[in-house]
Amino acid sequence: MIDTVFFYVFALLAVAGGILTITRRSAVHSAMWLIVSLVGVAGLYLLQQAEFLFAVQIVLYIGGIMVLFLFVIMLVNLDQAARQRQFNKQRWLALAVVAAVAVEVAYFLRKGAGALRLAQPPAPTAVTAGNTERLADALFSEYLLPFEIASILLLVAIVGSVVMAKKRI
Amino acid sequence: MLHPITTVHYLVLSAALLLIGTAGVLARRNIVIILMSIELILNAVNINLVAFSHYYRSVTGQIFAIFVIAVAVAEAAVGLGILIALFRNKETVLADDIDLLKW
Repeated sequence: MIDTVFFYVFALLAVAGGILTITRRSAVHSAMWLIVSLVGVAGLYLLQQAEFLFAVQIVLYIGGIMVLFLFVIMLVNLDQAARQRQFNKQRWLALAVVAAVAVEVAYFLRKGAGALRLAQPPAPTAVTAGNTERLADALFSEYLLPFEIASILLLVAIVGSVVMAKKRI
Repeated sequence: MLHPITTVHYLVLSAALLLIGTAGVLARRNIVIILMSIELILNAVNINLVAFSHYYRSVTGQIFAIFVIAVAVAEAAVGLGILIALFRNKETVLADDIDLLKW
């Protein structure tokens, strides 16, 4: 019951924040509404007992990526862009395509909800370890190679962004 | 009165966020906001992954979500670096003003 209320609150935050993100004229306002949307998504993680991802979402997305976005907004002069047309010439075609996909999804969910049969989940077992502990166990044993590859990806991204942002290489 | 929340609720929400992000990518001119829309799309994917992870009581989906977040960070850093380089050379952040390769 209380879960349902919280789901709708967080879902409203996520969707309303998302819509306002893509419609605001000023990039700073967009960034603020994106933070609202990300907080909503973080709340949904918490509702599904993904506590570690909740913390990662707050610390990394809102504390890291959004601050990076705001820094770039300060570095780049956006006043000129804010005074101009905000949507490009293909906006009606783009919205029509998005609406078509939305209708498709809605039709599927209405007609095919019975067909969307997920495999039965395993019976609930007594969980001994917390979410973070189970994540760490899986990440550092079964998924160790992808983890190392992700670290190389981040190294490449660091070097790449430094090269891009440097005046003279 | 209020129905309990199922996995399908999360899938619908995720589809909605995905469509909002796609609309932003396709219709906006400002590259900063296009990059923010891409973050919205990646968040929609993460909601799906966590919902199925919760449904099947397995942490694999959450681990995949962590990798998606790592890729999102790399994408944002490189994208914003490209944006700064672009602004230095072309003095614009509007996507349809950057048409050097267009006939």
